[in-house]
Amino acid sequence: MSRCAIIATALAAVVLPFAAQAQDMAIINATVAIGDGSAPVEGATVVVRAGKVVAAGAGIAVPAGVQTIDGTGKWVTPGLFSAATDLGLWDVEAVDDSNDLEAEDSPFNAALDVVPALNPSSQHIAISRAGGVTRASVAPFNGKSIFAGQGAVIDLANDAAMVMKPRAFQFVELGEAGAKLAGGSRVAAHVALRNALREAKEASALPAGAQRQSDAMLTRADALALAKVLDGSEALYVGVERAADIRAVLALKSEFPALRLVLIGAAEGWLVASDIAAAGVPVITMPLRDLPAQFEMLAATQSNVGRMKQAGVKVAIGMFTGGNQPRYAPQQAGNLVALSKLPGAAGLTWGEAFAAISSVPAEISGFGGKAGVLAPGAVGDVVLWDGDPLELSSAPVDVWIDGVKQPLENHQTRLRDRYKDLDREYLPKAYDW
Amino acid sequence: MKLRREMRRWPVCIALGFALSLGATGAGAKKKDKDEAAAVPYASTYKPYPGRPTALVGATVFDGRGGRIDNGTVLFAGGKVEAIGGPDMAIPDGYDRIDGAGKFVTPGVIDAHSHLGDYPSPGVDASSDGNEATSPTTPDVWAEHSVWPQDPGFTRALANGGVTSLLILPGSANLMGGRAVALKNVPSITVQGMKFPGAPYSLKMACGENPKRVYGSKGQKPSTRMGNFAVNRQTWLDAKAYADKADADRDLGKDTLAGVLKGEILVQNHCYRADEMALVIDMAKEMGYKVTAFHHAVESYKIADLLRDNDICSAVWADWYGFKMEAYDAIPENAALLAKSGACIIIHSDDENGIQRLNQEAAKAQADGRRIGIDIPDAQVVSWFTFNAAKAVGVADQTGSLEQGKMADVVLWNGNPLSVYSRPEKVWIDGALMFDALDPKRRPVSDFELGQPGEGDVK
Repeated sequence: MSRCAIIATALAAVVLPFAAQAQDMAIINATVAIGDGSAPVEGATVVVRAGKVVAAGAGIAVPAGVQTIDGTGKWVTPGLFSAATDLGLWDVEAVDDSNDLEAEDSPFNAALDVVPALNPSSQHIAISRAGGVTRASVAPFNGKSIFAGQGAVIDLANDAAMVMKPRAFQFVELGEAGAKLAGGSRVAAHVALRNALREAKEASALPAGAQRQSDAMLTRADALALAKVLDGSEALYVGVERAADIRAVLALKSEFPALRLVLIGAAEGWLVASDIAAAGVPVITMPLRDLPAQFEMLAATQSNVGRMKQAGVKVAIGMFTGGNQPRYAPQQAGNLVALSKLPGAAGLTWGEAFAAISSVPAEISGFGGKAGVLAPGAVGDVVLWDGDPLELSSAPVDVWIDGVKQPLENHQTRLRDRYKDLDREYLPKAYDW
Repeated sequence: MKLRREMRRWPVCIALGFALSLGATGAGAKKKDKDEAAAVPYASTYKPYPGRPTALVGATVFDGRGGRIDNGTVLFAGGKVEAIGGPDMAIPDGYDRIDGAGKFVTPGVIDAHSHLGDYPSPGVDASSDGNEATSPTTPDVWAEHSVWPQDPGFTRALANGGVTSLLILPGSANLMGGRAVALKNVPSITVQGMKFPGAPYSLKMACGENPKRVYGSKGQKPSTRMGNFAVNRQTWLDAKAYADKADADRDLGKDTLAGVLKGEILVQNHCYRADEMALVIDMAKEMGYKVTAFHHAVESYKIADLLRDNDICSAVWADWYGFKMEAYDAIPENAALLAKSGACIIIHSDDENGIQRLNQEAAKAQADGRRIGIDIPDAQVVSWFTFNAAKAVGVADQTGSLEQGKMADVVLWNGNPLSVYSRPEKVWIDGALMFDALDPKRRPVSDFELGQPGEGDVK
């Protein structure tokens, strides 16, 4: 790329938030994966108008006047949906000043809300976008309470309006980590949870200005935040791994019927898969964990997702945090396809695996039919790939969010372009930009 | 929420260990020259398990050194590779013939950077033994004395990653973390039963953030990068004096450093930033030793020419990014740009999950190169997790490639190992079948997992 072109690209990236408009477009002759679990379709078409998907599949006519893009030899999918990630909450994870994941010294916990900390200019947003990720549910980490606070659903477009749904869910940690946070045991964690929900009920029932009971342990802000969990207006994401811990979480439904539970982790979910399915509780997990990393994960296996899916559990791939980046989702999904060929293992079909990183996490996040799928009326998030998107050799060529073509440049691509050659004979590399 | 932070290896690597009083210069210490004549302590007791003469026929063979044979034949017997060739190669009587049509054969995968056994699963404090973080220089400690052979991670690396050899290093809390040990990935009750026969030792060194953070936070030197270098240089000077004095009282740490100065012990140097690697190269020249490989070298692409000219390998991830300050300039094209410059590349894991997919990480790095016009053949990419790793570990004369007379460390993959859809189907170590995806009993189960949920599962 010439220096002028590089400058133009860089300027475009800066200017785009004000200039970008959704373009009507159709991609034709591509292999299209709808994202709903169905097998990919060759020679298919995707039509996007006014920022929404109009149609996708084989035998679709392109409306007159709509710009067409030839997808021959390429694949088209909905944008990936990264569930339960920390995307946008830090620049450098180990640099505390740049990291808004957790607030260990805050007096608040459940009331914490990630929205003010979300940074659409984060390099990690740009890098994930270039990896085909267009939507995410962002969760905070626990400070010193089992309650981490409230997460949001975002888009990764190159503009300032990134929040799709603030305060979409509350995160609570049970299991080993919850036990530690609650003072040292699972018993304490469960008492803390029940007490918090009781205080939430009382606090939400009080008239404005009325005094709370003198033995209240939660701040008013935390209690009021949990009231939304109690009445089901916010989902409750529960971090838990062990089969017995999962059963204990499922039992909460009989005590607090309005809770909208989502299991995060569930490494031993396959051992209690029929119980999870019967309770209608979805799962977000990191599937390739196959080690007894803690005692609560003794039965961890890469077949966890496949076995839960066979039992009727709704399972999404997610939990991309820290160095484990959202753009790795296709690799995780692809490995589950590989598992289906191994005797004794349980994997997923290609369509199921792709759905686990697109439509299923979108559904769990409250955007079923609206994101992660090329269905009529869904957001115009479209990714054009240079090959099978689950294959290691493939990457996005172009990414649209809400029908707007996105810049794919970032800190990494600029470094790459600067150091493509090591020529520094006439000027230092610092002048090459 | 540690489950959600599993990829954050670096904080684990700086976890504090219990202080051990080694008393190297105590009253009972022997004179150095006497020790040099003594037998090698903690010697390998590994003996190859019995195997059958085997012919792998009809597979695509990557030999580990850049060679590729379509419809190839691989013969091994007596624990050694006998021959590799094309479809016309004669198969002697008495060989088990395995049809490899549609499948791929590579040398056993080698991880040049692992902490299995030293940071085993489950990750509890009681067995967190990878960092002797009580002094910035601990060249006296040996990683093998921390290895727990029952770490289930070894079995996953074998079954899912095709890993047949690996280098277990101390962590990176210290400038000089101690001796690393090369292992064969064979289940054993003792670490001696895993030790790679004849492998040299390596010294683990670390530059950058970790040592200065660990000791700076204790109000101790080093608390800066210049402190890192000052402590290193003085330690080397002391070691040189020791090496020159035949009647010095025996010092375990200086034994290790003297071994480096004599060229008998390799140096594996954790180092992220280009500018720091360049400084370390000069320190090595100043003190008279050689760095074998820079590990986690995310900025190698900035100095690929310098690394090539100094014959130093870069052991890298495909695309880890931004988790710490010195990883902020990591780019996915790092390996490909090194390849373009002709520098040595190793894909390493530093991770009990990543070690199960070194082939996949290499494939991603290859593809990232292709997108900027750097085409690297599959057969060369395979060398990144086989021969080049063997070279850095110092065992390339024995394994890492499919060549006559070398150890029959072999993986039969059910598809191209650079595809996400492929898995190891069979893994041989020294000609013995140690894993077979088609035989539920031909997979190791560690003592720890017996009688526990998921025992013997596919994992």
